[in-house]
Amino acid sequence: MNIHFTPEEQAFRQEVQAFLRSNLPDDLARKVRLGRRLAKSDHQRWQKILSQQGWYAVNWPVEHGGTGWSVVQKHIFDEECAAAGAPRIVSFGVNMVAPVIIRFGTPAQKDYYLPRILSGEDWWCQGYSEPGAGSDLASLKTRAHRDGDHYVVNGQKTWTTLGQHANRIFCLVRTDPGAKKQEGISFLLIDMDTPGITVRPIITLDGEHEVNEVFFDNVRVPVENLVGEENRGWTCAKYLLTHERTGQAGIGLSKAALEQLKRIAMAETVRGRPLIEDPMFRARIAEVEMRLMAVEMSTLRILAATRDGGVPGAESSLLKIQGSEIRQAITNLMRKALGPNALPFLEHELEPDFDGDPLYQDYSAAPASQYFNMRKLSIYGGSNEIQKNIIAKMVLEL
Amino acid sequence: MDFNLNEEQQMLADTVQRMVRDQYSFEKREGYYRSSDGFSPEFWQQLSELGITSVPVGADYEGFGGSGVENMLVMTELGRGLCLEPFLHSQIYAAGLVEQLGSSEQRRSLLPKVAAGEWRLAVADEEPGSHYDPESIACMAIPCDRGWRLEGSKRVVIGGDSAKFILVSAKIQDTDGVSVFLIDPEADGVTSQSYPCIDGPRACDLALNGVYVECDDLLGAPGKAAPALIYQRGRAGAAQCAEALGNMEEAFRLTLDYLKTRQQFGAPIGRFQSLQHRMADMRGELELARSMVILAACVADDPVSDERSRQLSAAKFVVARASQFIAEQAIQLHGGIGMTWEYSLAHHAKRLVMLAHQFGDDDFHLAQYSALLDLPRQVA
Repeated sequence: MNIHFTPEEQAFRQEVQAFLRSNLPDDLARKVRLGRRLAKSDHQRWQKILSQQGWYAVNWPVEHGGTGWSVVQKHIFDEECAAAGAPRIVSFGVNMVAPVIIRFGTPAQKDYYLPRILSGEDWWCQGYSEPGAGSDLASLKTRAHRDGDHYVVNGQKTWTTLGQHANRIFCLVRTDPGAKKQEGISFLLIDMDTPGITVRPIITLDGEHEVNEVFFDNVRVPVENLVGEENRGWTCAKYLLTHERTGQAGIGLSKAALEQLKRIAMAETVRGRPLIEDPMFRARIAEVEMRLMAVEMSTLRILAATRDGGVPGAESSLLKIQGSEIRQAITNLMRKALGPNALPFLEHELEPDFDGDPLYQDYSAAPASQYFNMRKLSIYGGSNEIQKNIIAKMVLEL
Repeated sequence: MDFNLNEEQQMLADTVQRMVRDQYSFEKREGYYRSSDGFSPEFWQQLSELGITSVPVGADYEGFGGSGVENMLVMTELGRGLCLEPFLHSQIYAAGLVEQLGSSEQRRSLLPKVAAGEWRLAVADEEPGSHYDPESIACMAIPCDRGWRLEGSKRVVIGGDSAKFILVSAKIQDTDGVSVFLIDPEADGVTSQSYPCIDGPRACDLALNGVYVECDDLLGAPGKAAPALIYQRGRAGAAQCAEALGNMEEAFRLTLDYLKTRQQFGAPIGRFQSLQHRMADMRGELELARSMVILAACVADDPVSDERSRQLSAAKFVVARASQFIAEQAIQLHGGIGMTWEYSLAHHAKRLVMLAHQFGDDDFHLAQYSALLDLPRQVA
């Protein structure tokens, strides 16, 4: 039994660090560290750099342009990217729809879509949730009926993250309204430029335009855009959800956030001394760091088991819960570290193109907004309560 | 990174598990608890015959020379069975102190007997005012002709009443460093008061009134024992985390069984979502604890460093919190039956809560970790 990375893995970590030092633009890293909003062009710039290195499609098999990395290497890569302040990868294309296309798609679909994802030509968004289908996803109502060589789609999707940037959307649609809930669903790839699609912003409580509603009004989708078999879309959906859930513990992101929390606590003062010297606040940081250490060890255990051929099952549900709670705890402390300085809501200071002088400090505008934004972590990707249901059923057999 | 056990380790775990299952039913434990020894000398004898007592002791002293991982495996199983024998305090903590502090003569005269299970040792390091800090002690060693006389009192010496020798910490008169002395509990001037602890094992308080100790019975250099005490408390704490893990697994198993069998409102109570979610939360805490038990076992024997101290404190903290959570939830989910002496779960719950009262509880280790917090070089 040993808890250390192999010499090869340590060398790989150094290779990633060296790459990030010379290729991650400082201005991007600064925006990420300070919690600023990122423009579409920020994401694209970073994606292009990764693509050129061949490190964008980390989850794909080598023959499609992936890295062929082990799960441990992927973990190291994620951790180092987060530590360096690299923009997070927008997963919908590269890490969500692509694995589904690789697993269930036709040769033509693979040939057409995968290179466009790699090159950044396509930006995908996810059409899963609906106003009446959240945790109970299988109750979705968006309807697709066959009309010659097309499906005609009618309905509404919601919580569509960064849909305003997307030119494509993958959707779960109901193709057999008579079948049982999970059985009449199909997985469709839809061009966002198709007539009949309307995207409307939803502004979240932190003032950000991150999510959208997408309306479908007699949208004609060619039948060759069906992935897998008709009425078998739930299989794709479940496969995708497992991809969505792995890595959701967000160890690297939490570690990076904890570093920033400490830096803020060293900069802010209370009774004339750095906040980090306040025993109570310091202990609260210590507490969350110890829990993070435990979640990290659990993650490494699962990675090692996966590397040895195991299939991560309901353990990923536990990690999703614990990882999201820790990140929320860190943003909570970051907000509190600022005291009254967390109150001013200076949206312009959060914008991607802001380069003026901050009203107070460059680090002080984002934490309260981020705290509210991060409430999403325990809601999306299967709410934490849904994860507990999964554990109760799959692990505990209750 | 490898979290698998090798064949030898798996055999060790299986052996202890089988012994505990066969010899340590809850009813038998109740008998051992009420016996004059407060544990089972026969079980200890078997541990010794199978070489288990030798596992933590160094190979140079007729021990097996096990690492933190072997200690973890043994302690997990002893924890699962709620075993009352002072294995941790004698074989891991006290023997570790002798190995680290003792002269080669002292090690040669003591450790083979300990490894063989013939002699048990105990450590008297807590006092009325020490509260987990081995340096906050009042017990005094007054120099005298060819030795010292010990004055003071020691509290809650686990396994002290069945120990052949006790390692007593004291400060030499008019100096500040801590020393460790080997005493015979039968020696003149030692008054021992024995009692059971609320979680089962036997302990004693010691009153030391001019107890004579020869020069040869000082372990290590005078006044220099504190680092060894702290280091060995780290090793013992790691092993104790493993003991808690075995306990937690058993409490969890009992509770899950209960949820599947206990009927109320015409259904097994495990059908109710509020109880399912509690159970899922317990499973989450159990897995975090398991991760930290493994981490602690892997670093317990590392050289002294801030990193090791942080990891061991974090393990004690996470395991103490998980233990208390699982103990409280397990009682709650059982309802009234979880409150009764005659059901084993109650004893697991007591043990889980009270384990934190040795080698530092969650608050103590939170403060330790906080003091050692690693800070970035740059402020924001």
